[in-house]
Amino acid sequence: MKERIVHDLSHLPLHGLGTASLTWWGTCAFMLIEGTGFALSVAVYLYLMSLAPAWPIDAPAPDLLAGTLLTCLLLISLVPNLLLRRWAEREDLHKVRIGLVVMTVAGVLPLIVRIFEFPALHVSWDDSAYGSITWLMLGLHTTHILTDVVDTVVLMALMFSRHADKPRRYGDVSDNVMYWNFVVATWVPIYICLYWVPRL
Amino acid sequence: MIARRGVPLPALLALPLLPGCTGMQSSLDVGGPAAGELRLLIVSFTVICGIVWLLVVATLGWALLRRRPAGTGARTQRQLTWAVSLSVAATAIIVAGLTTLSFLATRSLGGGDGEIEVVAVGQQWWWQFLYPREGFQTANELHIPVGRTVRIRLESADVIHSFWVPSLSGKMDMIPGRTTALTLKAERPGVYRGQCAEFCGLQHSHMGFTVIAEDDVSYRKWLTGQAQPARPAATEEIRAGQAVFLAKPCAACHTIRGTTAVGTAGPDLTHIGSRRSIAAGLLETTRGTLAAWTADPQTLKPGTTMPLVPLTSIELRQVAVYLESLK
Amino acid sequence: MTGNRNARTREDDRPSDTDVSDAEGERRLLATWATPRTLKGVLSTVDHKIIGRRYIATAFVFLILGGLLALAMRLQLAAPEARFIGPDRYNQIFTMHGSTMMFLFAVPVMEAVGVFLVPLMIGTRNIAFPRLNAFSYWIFLSGGILLWVSFALDVGPDVGWFAYVPLAGPEFSPGKRADIWAQMITFTELAALAVAVELVATILKQRAPGMSLDRIPVFVWAMLVTSFLIIMAMPAIMIASSTLILDRLVGTQFYNPAEGGDALLWQHLFWFFGHPEVYIIFLPAVGMVSTIIPTFAGRPIFGYLPLVMALIATGILSFGLWVHHMFTTGLPRLGESFFTASSMSIAIPAGVQIFCWIATLWAGRPQLKTPLLFVCGFIFTFVLGGMTGVMVASVPLDTQVHDTYFVVAHFHYVLIGGALFPLIAAVYYWLPKVSGRMMSERLGRIVFALIFLGFHGTFFPMHFLGLMGMPRRVYTYQPEMGWGGLNLFVSLSALVLAAGFLLFFIDAIRSARSGPLAGPNPWNAPTLEWATSSPPPAYNFRRIPVVTSANPLWDNGETLPVAGGLNIDRRELLVSSVVEALPEARESSPTDSIWPFWAAMATSILLITSIFTPWAVVWGSIPVAITLIGWFWPKGEPEDEA
Repeated sequence: MKERIVHDLSHLPLHGLGTASLTWWGTCAFMLIEGTGFALSVAVYLYLMSLAPAWPIDAPAPDLLAGTLLTCLLLISLVPNLLLRRWAEREDLHKVRIGLVVMTVAGVLPLIVRIFEFPALHVSWDDSAYGSITWLMLGLHTTHILTDVVDTVVLMALMFSRHADKPRRYGDVSDNVMYWNFVVATWVPIYICLYWVPRL
Repeated sequence: MIARRGVPLPALLALPLLPGCTGMQSSLDVGGPAAGELRLLIVSFTVICGIVWLLVVATLGWALLRRRPAGTGARTQRQLTWAVSLSVAATAIIVAGLTTLSFLATRSLGGGDGEIEVVAVGQQWWWQFLYPREGFQTANELHIPVGRTVRIRLESADVIHSFWVPSLSGKMDMIPGRTTALTLKAERPGVYRGQCAEFCGLQHSHMGFTVIAEDDVSYRKWLTGQAQPARPAATEEIRAGQAVFLAKPCAACHTIRGTTAVGTAGPDLTHIGSRRSIAAGLLETTRGTLAAWTADPQTLKPGTTMPLVPLTSIELRQVAVYLESLK
Repeated sequence: MTGNRNARTREDDRPSDTDVSDAEGERRLLATWATPRTLKGVLSTVDHKIIGRRYIATAFVFLILGGLLALAMRLQLAAPEARFIGPDRYNQIFTMHGSTMMFLFAVPVMEAVGVFLVPLMIGTRNIAFPRLNAFSYWIFLSGGILLWVSFALDVGPDVGWFAYVPLAGPEFSPGKRADIWAQMITFTELAALAVAVELVATILKQRAPGMSLDRIPVFVWAMLVTSFLIIMAMPAIMIASSTLILDRLVGTQFYNPAEGGDALLWQHLFWFFGHPEVYIIFLPAVGMVSTIIPTFAGRPIFGYLPLVMALIATGILSFGLWVHHMFTTGLPRLGESFFTASSMSIAIPAGVQIFCWIATLWAGRPQLKTPLLFVCGFIFTFVLGGMTGVMVASVPLDTQVHDTYFVVAHFHYVLIGGALFPLIAAVYYWLPKVSGRMMSERLGRIVFALIFLGFHGTFFPMHFLGLMGMPRRVYTYQPEMGWGGLNLFVSLSALVLAAGFLLFFIDAIRSARSGPLAGPNPWNAPTLEWATSSPPPAYNFRRIPVVTSANPLWDNGETLPVAGGLNIDRRELLVSSVVEALPEARESSPTDSIWPFWAAMATSILLITSIFTPWAVVWGSIPVAITLIGWFWPKGEPEDEA
């Protein structure tokens, strides 16, 4: 087929930022998948609760300390996280590096607290359906944090390498910030479900 | 092309065939009011849907083969818009109508209490029937009085099964950890076959049972008979058979009331000789089939939980005679 | 629209496609995009056409395998109390048949057609996240091999493609059979989710300039809706299969009623996925039909907007139907009646589609070539399946036909009639684009006759068998039931159907090797995939087309308006805005890489060994992490610039 050039693309930027970036859309799609998964696990929790004559089944309600501490840590981590996004938008390599180090620590700390959360449930995964669903939700969210921490560490290494100072790397940092916000956001309903619903 | 070849074939064959779908387990061979109502529903849906389908296929054929006048334009477009809109509206009306029809049927079929309650327990791969008021249990054969509503409480001992007697009613699942229920009512005396309708493992295919609807007198006679313990052995051979049964592993799984056999893993055999079939509808009850079944259950029903118990041919004969005598 | 490119500052100094002659441009684009013909090239390629082709071919191999299983079942059921196949093998066979057809054929093949066609139809150079695409294929292949090797070793799953608990639970299915089923699910869902993410990003962000939402080909709309369905529905089955494995492997109690679990929870989760699954298979078929009909009617589709709205409405409604698979589980009647209403209401968007198609044919001048023949067979068959669908949606009626051969007939009408017929039409229609060669019109008619008659002969009598009380999933039935005659007829008809498929495969292979050359646009079709050569070059389009209507090749006369200015020495494609497809950026597209292959292998090892020990998840994740880092770590290529 004969062609007629009617439009010139050569002036366009070599990398799109925000909604013009494909990875932004990919990250959103993965968040939608995981969000659906978490929503379903909450639905399973409530479904099993609706069937049980007493809830929790044969166990006291979980201790609040570890879970609440972890919630606070996650909420506080939003501050450096949002700062990191601002620095990434300004393409300030030095501050982005600092931000990523801070976010790595902010990711590891909740993982340490998480270790104390499992015993605070006072139930084992094989005791009852209640134990199974609480361990599943907590386990899923632990995987969630863990994946993001690994991601952050790799990104940090990348930003200390010779590949760092490029618009697409700052885009990656922004996407990582978005994903961490999502990790925190999904925790809130799980926290309420695990710690406060049994006290209703 | 397609339309011409296709239309007469399935569509026109379908309707006349419907009443021909009879058989010992057919949902169209009706024995009670619920199944009757369901048959009416099936026929109504089939007729309405069949007409809609014929109209669609005819229109498709017409659209393909119609003679095309030269030069049409905006007018055709407008006419088509109307035609499509009206068809969609008609679809919505038909769907609403069918939903209402379905809802009304649901209401009139809605369970309710029965005059008699029976408990049915699904087991891999047979049916346990308990008559709580009379305090006995039997297997694979359910007796109900004609003209009275029987409420069947449905339970499962292992996996999910589904209780289904097409000639009397729709099906209902038996789910471990839950209790479901179904009401049966037969209008005329007869023998109706039922079968498990939810896949339940190796012998899902051979998990049938019989419902015998009889007049009140016969039903009461049956109840009285079943509530009795097994009749004492009348002949030498029967006595020998009983001894073999009690001495061998048989008694570990089966109960024969009035004897020391009190196993609960398999069907209660107290009155097995009175039942029409054995092994969940697999074989007609005769001395021969009883012997064959006892001799080699795994060949007749591969995977059944009944193990092969080694017996001499004489023992086998004695056991078969004994079981047959348990009327 | 025309910009004076010399007056603008360029973002880089690499040559663009307007700086060199067409021939030189093509040569250099090829050097940039082509996959080398080496083993490494085969394992590393990220070309959506090569991966799409592989995906489709593999899925068709699974179709053949699943079809052979169907023939084995028909052999066993041809006569009462036949002894060709015992219950243990039979249960494996029908489980394998269902699982293979749903998870290894129907869903993957539809997505794979999308992988091949969507970038061509929207005028871009590769799919978004092409390495994820490669990863997806290897994962899919591993899952399929896992399932079929298990079957060959007599440890194939035997609890049905639906794997109801407690039958599939630890107590009643000891051994590894049910675990293999559950893990196969993880493989195929992972693969499906990956493709869905790619397609969403591709369709929303990589459309050719000017292809606003109302100019997107209906097939692409269908793939977009399908991808969202996958994204929203598949997590349910992932949770279901994972919890089943946990119950079986580490003793959780999700499905154990004695410890507060529930058998029906499984059914809710399974069907919350399972019903949208049907539309994940069917909606792409709707897209295919909506693409084929205008071409052979010689006019644009009637009712583009209502068709797209119907696609979206079907997608949304599909999440409100799942309980109609559970009408006999004793749930409250009022709730069930709601699901009757929602299930039946899906007939309305289906009606919109059917009527729009018929209207298009009415208004056009249809040429009954093989693709259109199959499309007509589709309407004939699918509408009938839709009618029986309305019947099973009725709660009381369903209590008689649920889990009988009536339902077997129903869903084969909607799946074979509703999805496989359009797929065969699509093969006749698009294979010339894939291979550059035409299939035989004469054989095509014979294929159609055999498949059409064989299909109806096989599945129509099953309606009666169901009404006569024959349950599903039985390995045999007793002679006194009176089902023998119809079953024999069904089995014989299945041979006719199989002959049709055999001839179809012969025709496809023969055509791909030696069929007459097709040229770029053999059907005079209006969509962009026909604007490039057949088969398309590695870079798809020499220059990105500029779209000014919904039927660009019909409305532009002999010349195609295009946009110039993309780099030719690095893999570059155009990112455009979601609604109006206005150009936003020249984005690089990842190069070939072996890492997705290794990542898929590492993931497969993790998933398979986790059937045997839960600790595999821990140590197995290390190689996965390493391969993923290898995948994403920049290699200093031009594609990494900016």
